[in-house]
Amino acid sequence: MAMDEIIDGLSEVSCDVLVIGGGTAGPMAALKAKMKNPKANVVLLEKANVKRSGAISMGMDGLNNAVIPGYATPEQYTKEITIANDGIVDQKAVYKYAQSCYSIIEELDSFGIRFLKNENGDYAVKKVHHIGTYVLPMPNGETVKKALYRQLRRARILISNRYMATRLLKGADGRIAGVVSVNTRTAEFLVIKAKAVILCTGAAGRLGLPTSGYMFGTYENAANSGDGYAMAYHAGAALANLECYQINPLIKDYNGPACAYVAGPFGAFTANNEDRRFIECDYWSGQMMLEFYNELLSGKGPVFLQLKHLHDKTIEEIESTLHKVERPTRGLFQQGRGVDYRKESIEMHISEIGLCSGHSASGVFVDDNARTTVPGLYAAGDMASVPHNYMLGAFTNGSFAGLDAMEFADNHDFAELDAGEIARERDRVLAPTKREDGIPPNQVEYKTRRLVNDYLQPPKVTRKYELGMRRLAEVRDDMEQRMMARNSHELLRALEVASIMDCADMAAHASMFREESRWGLYHWRTDFPEKDDANWFCHTLLSKQNGRMTSEKRAVEPYVVPIADDEKDLYDKQRVRATA
Amino acid sequence: MPLATYQTSVPVVVDDAKCIADKGCTVCVDVCPLDVLRISDMTGKAYMAYDECWYCMPCEADCPTGAVTVNIPYLLR
Repeated sequence: MAMDEIIDGLSEVSCDVLVIGGGTAGPMAALKAKMKNPKANVVLLEKANVKRSGAISMGMDGLNNAVIPGYATPEQYTKEITIANDGIVDQKAVYKYAQSCYSIIEELDSFGIRFLKNENGDYAVKKVHHIGTYVLPMPNGETVKKALYRQLRRARILISNRYMATRLLKGADGRIAGVVSVNTRTAEFLVIKAKAVILCTGAAGRLGLPTSGYMFGTYENAANSGDGYAMAYHAGAALANLECYQINPLIKDYNGPACAYVAGPFGAFTANNEDRRFIECDYWSGQMMLEFYNELLSGKGPVFLQLKHLHDKTIEEIESTLHKVERPTRGLFQQGRGVDYRKESIEMHISEIGLCSGHSASGVFVDDNARTTVPGLYAAGDMASVPHNYMLGAFTNGSFAGLDAMEFADNHDFAELDAGEIARERDRVLAPTKREDGIPPNQVEYKTRRLVNDYLQPPKVTRKYELGMRRLAEVRDDMEQRMMARNSHELLRALEVASIMDCADMAAHASMFREESRWGLYHWRTDFPEKDDANWFCHTLLSKQNGRMTSEKRAVEPYVVPIADDEKDLYDKQRVRATA
Repeated sequence: MPLATYQTSVPVVVDDAKCIADKGCTVCVDVCPLDVLRISDMTGKAYMAYDECWYCMPCEADCPTGAVTVNIPYLLR
């Protein structure tokens, strides 16, 4: 058989709970669902391979949001995340996370995943955030995926690797019915009927184009092309606050974290070209990113992460984490550049834009049980709207999703599949393979993402957005009418381009809807430069209504943890004030 | 529109002398998140078929014989 040859085929299977995405949230959701009802069938579908998929493919260097008794309280954490998000938070979900995440840490510990402890055997939590203390290092965090995989095998979760879900299916009553998926190496179809479906497909991380020009040199795992955002949209689910982009401070060109969360507690800091601090706090927020952006453009750039003032042994300890866990090629990159942290600071830059609630707040709208607005459809991790939820949030919210989805599956029968809908989806998916002549997916993708950089990247200018949306529509026509895939691997990329295009359209639409500036750099609209609480202290929900992209306001739920007036703007005071 | 091929130096390099793909090993091909590695019909060895790399390392870390090396893609270096 020729490599990646396209094979004609369609089979159908069914399960009680289907989890789409085997990175971080997905495995935990599958495990919890199975533990709740061991007799039920739980399928974990993955576009890559569960052993090494997702944002934590090579592990993680620490928990960035651990609420550990003795160091922080759920109330404190909920308050911090509310303030960091300019108040636009449904606290119930954040508070529930904060109350439960410690038990998840203990569970991960029981899986064999180790966290840093001090000489007394207590967790050695570090302060990185503006107000509280929540960062727990994982010096041997490279074990995470392997430990999870062992648990999945032990629980007899059915794993299907190399299947990309393309569209969710719903029954006549609007309930979830299943999914259409396609094998990424043969293009054979697999239709999965399910009573409940959990989306855990990660960020829309292949949206902007990295400044290196290398399409796959993204901050997020480049496999995270926003497929879940697109599928949720086409299924009619609401997506929240997509205008709150993800933009991160990264090692220039390498485009991975430097990482201030690891090095900061040892005394490293973000500096300008005068070796001076200019931000109070290295925790990633839109307000901090705005100061970072301003410094880059001010003539005081480049911006650096500075370690050279630290003791040799300290630097060694930092290196042992940075060059082993999460993005281990960091060391290779610095070596290639001849950068020794003892002598030279690490040049930083800002990332391309993406959608991700892991670090910001842009995701498929979910409540505190990880339910989306479509009955039987759940979402967790980087693609669900619980803000700043990071890896521990993916595990914890994934756990909520798994439990609630199994309860849903226990109380519902299968919804009827619509054969016509499946046939139409098959035609849509295979269209690029039926063309003899056309544009390859990589060119359609490059052009889409280049337009995202040119027109959608903040500062957001209305006139630019209008032009950008027009140009994107032209490329969409090319994608739908002329894109050609010669084998199943190119078809995988072609399908990913469709997700990227949908996410670009949604990012633009949501950004034009919110007529104010909020979240620092994430939603800086030059035509509406001020925060406007009178009109825009609300979520925005985007959804497909009667075939059209629509945005509406949604009130912020009453707070569980009150925020005093003098606390509300703590994250607005990021810039180090000049001292005499 | 006719297509042309585009030259690119790929970041993942496989040492054919160490690679045991011809004996049935597919570990690096299996674990790659971007699915860019394949086994060559001609040599029976693993190689990078598509230059779409996140330089993440599972292929190198999981290779049982140490045959795989991940380099930083040239455009980033």
